[in-house]
Amino acid sequence: MRILRAIFGHGSGRIGGIIVGVYLLVAILGMLGLTPHNPITQYRVDRLHAPNGAYWMGTDLFGRDVASRLMAGVGQSFTVAFFSVAFATLAGTVLGLAAAWLGRRWDGVLMRIMDVLLAFPAILLALLIVTVAGPGTWTSVVAIGIVYTPIFTRVVRGPALSLKAREFVDAARTFGSSSSYIVTRHLLLNLVAPLTVQVTLALAWALLTEAGLSFLGLGTQPPAASLGLMLSDSRNLMETAPWLMIFPGLAIMISILGFNLLGDALRDILDPRMRRAPA
Amino acid sequence: MNYLMRRLATFPLVLLGVSILVFVAIRMVPGDSITAMLGTEAGLLTPAQRDSLAAYFGIDQPWFVQYWRWIGGILHGNLGISVTYGRPVLDVILERFPLTLELAILSMIIALAVGMPAGIFAATHNEKLSDLGVRIVAMIGQSTPSFVLGLLIIYTLSAGFGVLPAMGEFAPLWQDPLRNLSQLILPAITLGFAFAASVTRISRSAMLDVLSDDYVRTARSKGASARSVIWRHALPNALIPVVTLSGIEFGYLLGGAVIVEQIYALPGLGRMVLDAIQQRDYALVQGSVLFIAFNFMIVNLLVDLAYVALDPRIRLGEQ
Repeated sequence: MRILRAIFGHGSGRIGGIIVGVYLLVAILGMLGLTPHNPITQYRVDRLHAPNGAYWMGTDLFGRDVASRLMAGVGQSFTVAFFSVAFATLAGTVLGLAAAWLGRRWDGVLMRIMDVLLAFPAILLALLIVTVAGPGTWTSVVAIGIVYTPIFTRVVRGPALSLKAREFVDAARTFGSSSSYIVTRHLLLNLVAPLTVQVTLALAWALLTEAGLSFLGLGTQPPAASLGLMLSDSRNLMETAPWLMIFPGLAIMISILGFNLLGDALRDILDPRMRRAPA
Repeated sequence: MNYLMRRLATFPLVLLGVSILVFVAIRMVPGDSITAMLGTEAGLLTPAQRDSLAAYFGIDQPWFVQYWRWIGGILHGNLGISVTYGRPVLDVILERFPLTLELAILSMIIALAVGMPAGIFAATHNEKLSDLGVRIVAMIGQSTPSFVLGLLIIYTLSAGFGVLPAMGEFAPLWQDPLRNLSQLILPAITLGFAFAASVTRISRSAMLDVLSDDYVRTARSKGASARSVIWRHALPNALIPVVTLSGIEFGYLLGGAVIVEQIYALPGLGRMVLDAIQQRDYALVQGSVLFIAFNFMIVNLLVDLAYVALDPRIRLGEQ
């Protein structure tokens, strides 16, 4: 509750929060199928209609309702973004904590593996994974998740290393606390703040990557809707039906903007160094 | 120096990891490269022809022999033969690389030329309306995917002015510089926009940090002019985060900009790798990923060295 109040007391947090909130609502409606029309039904007589009362955002080449496809697409993009970031957060936290806590050889080996993943061009890694496993929602989730795991591992390992050297960890050890207790209670709880900021910003990247993969035809497969796919399909009809490009383009942009604003606000609120700065 | 040697020593290890990863991953793609190369005509091959083609490209051997041969070849500067192009992989990569390099440099020039003055301006007008304006534009810029911006640019040009971006056969810089620039300027703006937004944000916050430092206050109290305080005292230190960010971003761009190359139909590195993955061109995928990873590591190393040049207090490699 306190954090929500803090977000809404922060200028960009308020705007970001509202944007993300509205998108979540749209995503849920889109996933539940509560759209004005069926997103994959083709109303052949109504092909390429400009936005009007019946079709708020117009129709596409096959006479499908753009607004409904957009809602379904937002649902799709958010599903991929949330699950892939959850994957990366979980894997990165476990690996980062393991590297910091076990130290020595484990740390060296794990971090070299992360170096390899980081040196591997991100979008190409995602493309390769998708080509191997075949395009689809869950492949995108795993591909994007793997690409962002090294970043989370680094975000966790650094602070975990410095926490490990702090007195309260020594004290807990002297009291006979088990390793798992110290790692979960003392390290993990103190990492919640940097992780929250990272998760919010990663959601923005994940949305971007998902849209990029779909744009290249390697994400969500037609006839299902996804923002990147809609944008890619709009290319040949740009001049006759600009609404096919403008609405999905804006939808992607504003969703990323929302998470970026929220991430910035969270960083201001949660980062203790930043809190001290204005004084 | 010691640090440099230690960093360079990790290069072979990381590259070995990358080579194993890409080698295994590309072989997990379903289908074989000869069928992908010949398409429907692959059905016309006799088994003997198919075998001799496989032998020519070295893909008839067990995987460990293939890997061993590949690594051995790399040490002799030979990255293998591309199945799609029928030419040495290194030649194919080096043919595409100048475009990617040029695009990366142009985008960085745009980003720095727009982003740094904007960031410094915003920092020196902190909390004023103009600062807010710069920050809003930068935030929107950072949230605009390159493919959305690229399509918007093409749409605006074609619908508003009836012109299309210069596409068609790509003209290398040294053959036809004007045509080359006309082909690359829009893709460079497309990539440079979000990049400029990041540069603006980071130079603004770095400048604000530095402007509140004691030594800047001292310089001010000694009567240094506002201009001298900003350019001589504050800027050199505010540059450090800007260099880091631009370096990392530049490293990414050297890996090719798959989507922007696709939108503007440019024959860059990114699209080449995408096609190579889809064509199961093992040697080309392996070679180019290794090439990109190597460049990325070199650029990162240079960024670290640039820290030291900008701030002699930083000693690299010390815990």
